[in-house]
Amino acid sequence: MKKQPFELHYHLMLLPGILLLILFSIVPMFGITIAFQNFKPGLGFWHSEWVGLDNFRYLFELPDSRNIFLNTIYIAVLKIVANMIVPVVFALLLNEVRTVLLKRSVQTIVYLPHFLSWVILAGIISDLLSMDGLINQILSGVGIEPIMFLGSNHWFPGIIVTSDVWKEFGFGTIVYLAALTGINPALYEAASIDGASRLQQLRFITLPSLKPTIILLATLSLGNVLNAGFDQIFNLYNPLVYDSGDIIDTYVYRAGLLQVQYGLATAVGLLKSVISFVLIIISYVLASKFANYRIF
Amino acid sequence: MVRNVTLLSRSADAVIIAILVISSLLCIFPIWYTIAVSFSDKSAVAGGMVSWLPVDFTLSSYKKILQERAFFTAFGVSLERVLLGGIINFVICALMAYPLSRSPQQFRFRNIYMWFIVFTMLFGGGLIPWFVTIKSYGLLDTIWALVLPTAVPVFNVILLVNYFRSIPRDMDEAGMMDGAGPWYMLLKVYLPLSVPVLATITLFSIVGHWNSFFDGLILMNKQEHYPLQTYIQQLVVQINTDNMTTEELRQAAQLSSKTLNAAKIVISMLPILIVYPFLQRFFIHGIMLGSVKE
Repeated sequence: MKKQPFELHYHLMLLPGILLLILFSIVPMFGITIAFQNFKPGLGFWHSEWVGLDNFRYLFELPDSRNIFLNTIYIAVLKIVANMIVPVVFALLLNEVRTVLLKRSVQTIVYLPHFLSWVILAGIISDLLSMDGLINQILSGVGIEPIMFLGSNHWFPGIIVTSDVWKEFGFGTIVYLAALTGINPALYEAASIDGASRLQQLRFITLPSLKPTIILLATLSLGNVLNAGFDQIFNLYNPLVYDSGDIIDTYVYRAGLLQVQYGLATAVGLLKSVISFVLIIISYVLASKFANYRIF
Repeated sequence: MVRNVTLLSRSADAVIIAILVISSLLCIFPIWYTIAVSFSDKSAVAGGMVSWLPVDFTLSSYKKILQERAFFTAFGVSLERVLLGGIINFVICALMAYPLSRSPQQFRFRNIYMWFIVFTMLFGGGLIPWFVTIKSYGLLDTIWALVLPTAVPVFNVILLVNYFRSIPRDMDEAGMMDGAGPWYMLLKVYLPLSVPVLATITLFSIVGHWNSFFDGLILMNKQEHYPLQTYIQQLVVQINTDNMTTEELRQAAQLSSKTLNAAKIVISMLPILIVYPFLQRFFIHGIMLGSVKE
């Protein structure tokens, strides 16, 4: 291919962004060598002792690590499933509403939590669920002893998944609503002339039209199997619920930045990055093969 | 028979509307309740009298915050990072999207750059190497630690690239005929044509900067450098119970006031609530526009 006009300008336009990506994304990637070191912040990267796979060996012997990986996958998978079903159902319900004002108002309300931070939402949730919070006041009104929701391994995963659905389900409906508006109205007209009921129209027109979107999003969510939501759990958990709520990301934070076990924390993080990367690649290959999906 | 169907259909409508209204109310209630608590009297809240309207309406929590200097310092840090970060994100995004929206024939290295930025989005070194790197640049406790690591919003770049590609080729050809170079095309043709998408990605980056707390927590050592979300996180959400005796726990519980905390939470979501109507107008449209592909 021969040189095109303006290519120099194009390189120039990209230069600042690429430089920043190299500084803040690529350089840290070389830092994964910390996973193979007994890293001491005082000695730095060049003078710390190399220990080979010791950090990984230690990691696999640690009784906690099994638990942390299982918690992560358990919470993440529940979230993926719930955040798939609830938005689809909600979008289908919204789609049946003919009053524009009602539809708009409902959408305005349910999109809002998506834009609030987990710090704020966790502040609200932990107040509502505290021992003297509103929920326990209501419970004691009907004669139930106060429950320590955020200190109980029985309740914690459920609270995490439910509050995540609360934050994200509204926003999740957008993509399905867009797919629903893309359905040709002539299909519905033809169906109702043929005497199809609303339920039949839902089953034979609406759902099949949503199927590609649902499959695509389900495939792409494969890459999130190890993302249980750091911001959310970090702001809601406490030592009482480490058994059910400690995930990879929170563990990496505590082991690395609080207990200064840099090598171990980097090893855990690296394991997560590599597995996630492989899963994302698999999901993109599947999505491009079966749904003709392209990132760009 | 026909009457029957419409009756059934109507009651189905009623059920659907009821479900939607109830779930919207449930969705907004926790936020509404917090606002009500923030305007209520302390003892009314402690006595569990607040349900959905303020009891013994008072502004005393807000007055108390006005005396708290640290809160306003944190608010200022947040404003600074939103402004600086938002501008940097916008400039980088626009500059990267234009060359990347050229076809590989027009720009031979387009795909190489594209794969590079997508790779940085999909793979990362993890928290510790990221922290050690930023520390080694000497950025800790500076505002740059909050804006430079997130300076390139790869997702927004891709959104904008896809939108630029949906702009008809004729525009390009007409511009080129008139002798317009790439800088002129970007500034005078592509950006003005992309206002809805630009508004969307700018609002996304503003909201992202306003909401992030974790970078502030680990990259800032001094409390006066905390952005607002980190400040709230430390004082309201995170009560470190690790090393506390029961006596200390009891005192901490007495000191933390529900109404004061609620007021802080309300103030910190205020900017989001203010931009929300604009956000809502643009984002659905913007996202869908950006996802149009050739």
